[in-house]
Amino acid sequence: MGSAPALSGTVSGERLQLAASGSWTAPFAGELETLIDSHAEAPARLRGVSIDMGGVREFDTFGAWLLERLMRAWKGNGQDVELTGLPDHYRGLLNEVHQANLTPDAGSPKTAGVLRWLDGLGRSVEDFGQGILPFINMFGAVGNALTRVLIRPIRFRLTSAIHHLDRVGWQAVPIILLITFLIGGIIAQQGFFHFRQFGADIYVVDMVGILVLREIGVLIVSIMVAGRSGSSYTAELGSMKMREEVDALRTMGFDPVEVLILPRILAIVIALPVLTFLGSMSALLGGGLVAWLYGGMSPDIFIERLRETITFTHFSVGLIKAPFMALVIGIVACTEGLRVAGSAESLGLKTTASVVKSIFMVIVLDGIFAIFFASIGM
Amino acid sequence: MPDAIIKVRELIVGFGDHVVLNGLSLDVQKGEILGLVGGSGSGKSVLLRTIIGLLPLRQGTIEALGVRLDGASDAQRRAVERRWGILFQNGALFSSLTVRQNVQFPMREYLSLSDRLMDEMAIAKLEMVGLTARDADKFPSELSGGMTKRVALARALALDPEIVFLDEPTSGLDPISAGDFDMLIRTLQQTLGLTVFMVTHDLESLHTVCDRIAALADGVVVAEGTIDMMMTSEHPWVKAYFRGKRASMIAHSPRPTVM
Repeated sequence: MGSAPALSGTVSGERLQLAASGSWTAPFAGELETLIDSHAEAPARLRGVSIDMGGVREFDTFGAWLLERLMRAWKGNGQDVELTGLPDHYRGLLNEVHQANLTPDAGSPKTAGVLRWLDGLGRSVEDFGQGILPFINMFGAVGNALTRVLIRPIRFRLTSAIHHLDRVGWQAVPIILLITFLIGGIIAQQGFFHFRQFGADIYVVDMVGILVLREIGVLIVSIMVAGRSGSSYTAELGSMKMREEVDALRTMGFDPVEVLILPRILAIVIALPVLTFLGSMSALLGGGLVAWLYGGMSPDIFIERLRETITFTHFSVGLIKAPFMALVIGIVACTEGLRVAGSAESLGLKTTASVVKSIFMVIVLDGIFAIFFASIGM
Repeated sequence: MPDAIIKVRELIVGFGDHVVLNGLSLDVQKGEILGLVGGSGSGKSVLLRTIIGLLPLRQGTIEALGVRLDGASDAQRRAVERRWGILFQNGALFSSLTVRQNVQFPMREYLSLSDRLMDEMAIAKLEMVGLTARDADKFPSELSGGMTKRVALARALALDPEIVFLDEPTSGLDPISAGDFDMLIRTLQQTLGLTVFMVTHDLESLHTVCDRIAALADGVVVAEGTIDMMMTSEHPWVKAYFRGKRASMIAHSPRPTVM
């Protein structure tokens, strides 16, 4: 359907005579634009142009706009334009586009490469600074909501908290046990492989015990929970925000922090230490099993050695960290969730940001705790 | 009778053992505005979605722009899809693209145009639906309900389609905006020579812009014709709809004039 558009010009006297034909429609708009632009440069010696549209079969907004563009180019030079042969039922269309694009389109501002890079750098530094505020704000809001709930415990959403505890805690148990079991086994295997060269097999137990209880257990579990539950918090709250459910709650006089966020954060703060404990035990079990099967160390010796080297301090150092890790994960996930704007893309971005930021924060916090415990001699 | 641009014959569509459309036949004439009415759950949207190919049909034929759509090859179907535009009920704008990019999306996919022409066309389309160049760089989340519908209409018109499907174009708009939107549809239909297939609940739209109305009940078209023919129909649902309490209030008020 349709035939390629054509526009041929002949100069007669002081006027350019343009004869148009073919289909001036969307599928041919690309070719048509080249044709139009080749006739838009008006030689100064000509007084005007006459366009005969008699040969045009089909005509749509694209054709109308390009014709308008041609006429504007000539008129802009102060030359006069005469249009003939356009069927009446296309007149309305031409009148319609005659109103279009009268105000210059600002478009997106374009700047040079280096400047744009500097601009981006400045903005991201500023965003980073601004980005910390919502977390502090959320921290305060959660504290505030917690105080209100402590004063009037009846306001606490127990059902919601237990529902989240089930999802964050109970349902995470199998995967946490599996992962930490494997990690414990891998550490023990590496220990035996290298320590055996200088006959220090027995120190593998020290290494597995201290590493797992103080650092690895809580870190692995926190990272797992940040990826597993932190992301789902952000996505849930984000889509509630997108569909104005959060606003609906607020207008009904509920504080979204109290209704949505406090139960989630309490659930994660309770679940993470429990998961850390289970994970640490599972890692020790994995280490012991590898010691027995790969290192040839009988379970009795393994347990005996554990009892000698591992004090309650090692155990408590790991567990003390867990609720703080949980708090950071919860706050980051909920804050990012509430920062989701209207688009599907922003939901994805915020979920990614939530997981990346909370894992980063967990590791930074672990470093701070390491310095702290070292300085108080634990 | 002038040539029908969409022909639906003996259409049966259902989900599981629930048959929604049961032997429905309907013609849409070239250049008219057809309003499709029906109670909630009567299958208006199902009919629309079946015609545009989002739902599978069990039996019957659908012909649009001279092509039989059931059993058409992918290439044939795509060629037809290029020649119609659809305004979804909630706009269905791509939330991660700006207004300008939303309108340019079909152009970018189907036509090879210079950036300059694409920008100019996008702005021209936006101005046709009553928006300005200032709105072009907003994101859909920053738009009001009425603006969302207008942008969605601009996107539906991006490729200069021959048929436009409108799913509840005035739902969620206040009466004044709804009236403006009706006028806009009428004006665009006249200037661009469109055929409009409109699913609606809005009695006012039916009175002011629709050339012909088809009423859907029990899975078939029970009445078809101008608004005056609807007013005299004796089918119980049509009678209740057009001569009910709400309807008579609108019918007895002076009919707004159409440009």
